Amino acid sequence: MRLILLTLLALIIATAVGIGATWMTATRGTELGTLTIGAWTARPRTGTAEVDPYSRASIARSGELPVGTGDGIAFTATTDDRKKPLDGRCDVLVSGVTPAARFWTLTLYDTNGHLVANSLQRYGFTSQEIVRSSDGAFEVRIASRSRAGNWLPTGGIERYALMLRLYDTPVGVATRTQRDAPMPSIATVGCP
Amino acid sequence: MIRLLFAIIGGVLLGGVVHLVSVLALPRIATQDAYSRLTPITKLNAVTALPLASPNSAPMPFMDPAFAVAICRYDLSSGPIKLAVPVSQAYTSVSFYTRNDVAYYAINDRSAGRRVIELDLMTEAQHAELPEDEDVTAADRLIIDSPSQTGLIVLKALAPEPGLMPQAQAALAASSCKVQTEPPVKQAERPQAKR
Repeated sequence: MRLILLTLLALIIATAVGIGATWMTATRGTELGTLTIGAWTARPRTGTAEVDPYSRASIARSGELPVGTGDGIAFTATTDDRKKPLDGRCDVLVSGVTPAARFWTLTLYDTNGHLVANSLQRYGFTSQEIVRSSDGAFEVRIASRSRAGNWLPTGGIERYALMLRLYDTPVGVATRTQRDAPMPSIATVGCP
Repeated sequence: MIRLLFAIIGGVLLGGVVHLVSVLALPRIATQDAYSRLTPITKLNAVTALPLASPNSAPMPFMDPAFAVAICRYDLSSGPIKLAVPVSQAYTSVSFYTRNDVAYYAINDRSAGRRVIELDLMTEAQHAELPEDEDVTAADRLIIDSPSQTGLIVLKALAPEPGLMPQAQAALAASSCKVQTEPPVKQAERPQAKR
């Protein structure tokens, strides 16, 4: 009797630990093969046939299609440079320069990967439509209320994610540091 | 008491095995992965334009709203696929995914180097059956080996400004993806592209 109970206990623990760990890694992702520059994180290998099993699991779970390596690379940010989660009720400033790429797009998503509704139908910027200063740097203001310049509306949602996709770029599996890929900074400049 | 400890340690170790097995199995058993989401709304071995991503409806999460996207869902069992995508003004790319959403190849308009991206997609077995010809001039097409029999080809055209979206969509509408009917008699291989 004791043996049966102990076996049962072991099996229950095994199921809980195993499925729990899988669920955690598939939803939150792992540090495996990530490239982190400032607040931005990319997984260059998800665009190749050498994608790691954890990334494959999380791709299958979310239902997205990763950007292929010959196409480009996607960087995601969910916090600002000071690790504060991006809050749609605050003013967030994304500024600086981007790595060499033929085109890039900056897009705002909610935490499930959906676009955020707004009256302007402005979901992001492309490198071509953004207004830059004379030295080539740009500044995007992400806020719930309208702002001058490059304004990206948040719809006032609490948490969001930014995705910077570089297309036709040398940034990829071989990239390691900020020097190879100067990413724009993200700063929360004011909360109501 | 010591037995209980053994049961707990054994459970945790077994849990590790369960974790590894389930991570490896997840891509195969997932029902909401991109391929499954796209299956009901796309045609087999033909190009289907996807609706533009919007807050209320998007076929997949994390789609880039600046792109017009079309899908060719392929099945190579009846023969190799011929793909032709005219290049749009700004930026066009073609990405290949296996049935389990692994991106195994992607090419953009600049690396294709001409006005139309032309590719032949086939399985490794079909590629091996191709006659090894001397250099035939007409055949300057790229040959891509698909690791799986079925999968997705994603055609994307960038609209750098919202007003250019119709142009990007028109470029994709003119693209074609179909099973190669005539046997490939005289076709030389170009140096095969890197995976």
